[in-house]
Amino acid sequence: MTDPISVLTLFLFNIIVYNIPLLYGTVGEILTEKSGSLNLGVEGTMAVGAMFGYLAGSLSNSMLLGLLVSMVAAGLCGLLFSVLTVTLQANQNVTGLTITTFGLGLYFFIGKGMGANWPAMQDSPSLVNGFAPVEIPGLSAIPVVGKALFSHSGMVYLAIVIAVAVWWYLKYTKVGLRLRAIGENPGAADSVGVNIVLYKYIHLIAGSAIMGLGGFYMALNMGGSFEGSNCWVNGYGWIAVALVIFANWNAVAAILGTLVFGFFNTLQVYSGSLASAFPEGLGWLSAVPPHLYMALPFLITAIVLVVSSIRNKRESSGQPSALGTNYFREDR
Amino acid sequence: MKKLLALIMALALVLGLAACGQPAGNESQAPEGGTSQQPDEPQGEEPQGGATGDFLVGAIYINGQNDTAGYTYQHHKGITAAMEELGLDPATQLLIVDNVPEDLTQVSNAIDQLANQGANIIFGISFGYIDAMAQKAEEYPDIVFCHGTGYLGNETNFVNYFGRIYQARYLTGIAAGLKSLELGNNNLGYVAAYNTEYAETCSGINAFTLGAQSVNPDVVVHVNQIDTWGDETLERQAAEALVDTYDCCVIAQHCDSAQPQLVAADREVFGCGYNSDMTAQAPTAHLTAAIWNWDVFYKTAMETAMSCGAAGDFVGALGTNAYYAGLAEGLVDISPLSENCAENTQAIIDAVRELIVSGDWDVFSGVKLSYDVAEDGTVTINQTEAPLVTNDGTEIVAAGGESVTDSVIKSEMNYNVEGVIAH
Repeated sequence: MTDPISVLTLFLFNIIVYNIPLLYGTVGEILTEKSGSLNLGVEGTMAVGAMFGYLAGSLSNSMLLGLLVSMVAAGLCGLLFSVLTVTLQANQNVTGLTITTFGLGLYFFIGKGMGANWPAMQDSPSLVNGFAPVEIPGLSAIPVVGKALFSHSGMVYLAIVIAVAVWWYLKYTKVGLRLRAIGENPGAADSVGVNIVLYKYIHLIAGSAIMGLGGFYMALNMGGSFEGSNCWVNGYGWIAVALVIFANWNAVAAILGTLVFGFFNTLQVYSGSLASAFPEGLGWLSAVPPHLYMALPFLITAIVLVVSSIRNKRESSGQPSALGTNYFREDR
Repeated sequence: MKKLLALIMALALVLGLAACGQPAGNESQAPEGGTSQQPDEPQGEEPQGGATGDFLVGAIYINGQNDTAGYTYQHHKGITAAMEELGLDPATQLLIVDNVPEDLTQVSNAIDQLANQGANIIFGISFGYIDAMAQKAEEYPDIVFCHGTGYLGNETNFVNYFGRIYQARYLTGIAAGLKSLELGNNNLGYVAAYNTEYAETCSGINAFTLGAQSVNPDVVVHVNQIDTWGDETLERQAAEALVDTYDCCVIAQHCDSAQPQLVAADREVFGCGYNSDMTAQAPTAHLTAAIWNWDVFYKTAMETAMSCGAAGDFVGALGTNAYYAGLAEGLVDISPLSENCAENTQAIIDAVRELIVSGDWDVFSGVKLSYDVAEDGTVTINQTEAPLVTNDGTEIVAAGGESVTDSVIKSEMNYNVEGVIAH
């Protein structure tokens, strides 16, 4: 039996390793929703990014190309969403759901089509090395925290950087301010000369591209093994939609949200280990039915929804007022 | 104008989706058209004359027929292999409805569709098809119904089929136990979809443990349960937890994907797969996998259906309405041992296989096995009378007692044997 401290370290380490895709998905969706569009296609967009990014990366043996292609492929899903909802004024909910169905269908269609030609991740050293943990000098030597926080793949740090950048962009730049104005009241933004269509297109595509990176992370984290009955993304896209609400449309708060959701996700697997490592303090964990851990994140989201609906009245909610409604100039 | 454009875009998207679904749909339609024109064609070449020429096989799958791995793939492979052995042409004589969820209406519709196309025998491979199969077997007395993994049947045209996969698990346990002796590490790991909730998973865990204990009495099996049949992410995490926190040196599995084997390869430990030979996915880690040869049953069933005359005589001709076969019939087996296996693994497994096939001994009995390997590699099996005890100390079978009955193994087993640690 390994010692309790290393079990705890592994638990914390795994919270981050397995749940970083949530952060990509959530940050992408925050950027999307801040423009006033509700894109429910996160799951499908991530699946498309994962499939194309992985195939491009492994076939060309290039981590960089994989990153790029996952963003472009997912960005195209964002473009499709923009054309349908911004230009053609289609219902956003239905379009988002369609993109999820379409993305997952495409994922399996291509994966199964590859059949025996499916490329193995170990055959492309660039992906293996590109995804390998980067030990941050000095910090990674700290006990527990060093392993849990500072010895991760570069894509983990990239997710944090993107989250902070999106937060700063929305909060402190002029363009970000205009984008938020579109999300709150597109008519008012239009009247002061903001190009609504252009803004929406750019940010919907950029948001989807960020989601695509999350899918690519997932593909690499699963060792690039395609199974045909199970998608890599595996419902994470849906959790990301819930996390946006949990984080109150704040990209930095999304980091915290990811950790909270990740905590329960990982607890499901580690409850037994933790219970036997800390029999006195945490022994009760093994008596908890595992289904509760699966349900807890959603239970918390429900509570957050209640809290945020109360907060809405006090006007401190981050939810864009025009979220989910299409802007049609002639309706003004 | 805008509305028109929207309409066109929506149409394009729908068509795009339809195109994606097509390869599966297309092929399932193909036999339909083919059979209506060609029933006489193969007749001339077949020695059995008309019997094989117009015999139509219907199959209902839970996933797609074009899958390249997994449960449906194994059954599809079994059905087509059996048909080829019997001189039936899968391209024209196999009718498939695939991606059928476990829903009474959908399964009933699938059966109606196959019946209308003239199927002589219908295989339903998933457990949840049970009620629809039972109802439709009454409605269509001229068609033979075979239901995989279920427990219902009648006296005329409806049987269920399953296999003694625990016997194969026992053999993989031997391979894992020998590896643990070689490595000097008594911790084995087991990623399980469920444990005592289902007799199928529970008997597999117990058999694996007993097999490992027969070569290394000190071995313990850590079971990490994920509470779902298929979730790659959880399967991977569970396997990682087994290696990282319990220091397991061999990871066995009862779940869909090869992720536990990939983890074993990553962590430089070893593993026993399930369903298919996973050596391809994890060449440096995989020892051997418990596998199904479904074609054994499918061949028997088709042969019986073709020779027994009326569908109503099928159960009588097969001799049972609950087909349950094991190593002896070849329905279950293990994949060829990889080079990662410890010394003497092949010899011991061969000896035990012979003993099980002979029918003189079975896994869940009051007799434990141990082995002596002579210099020249010959294996002597020692049979010792010892009780079968659960991990909370309850005695299930007294020392020297008879094996637990088939019905318990199939549907009632809900305890773990000594040496299993469920986390």
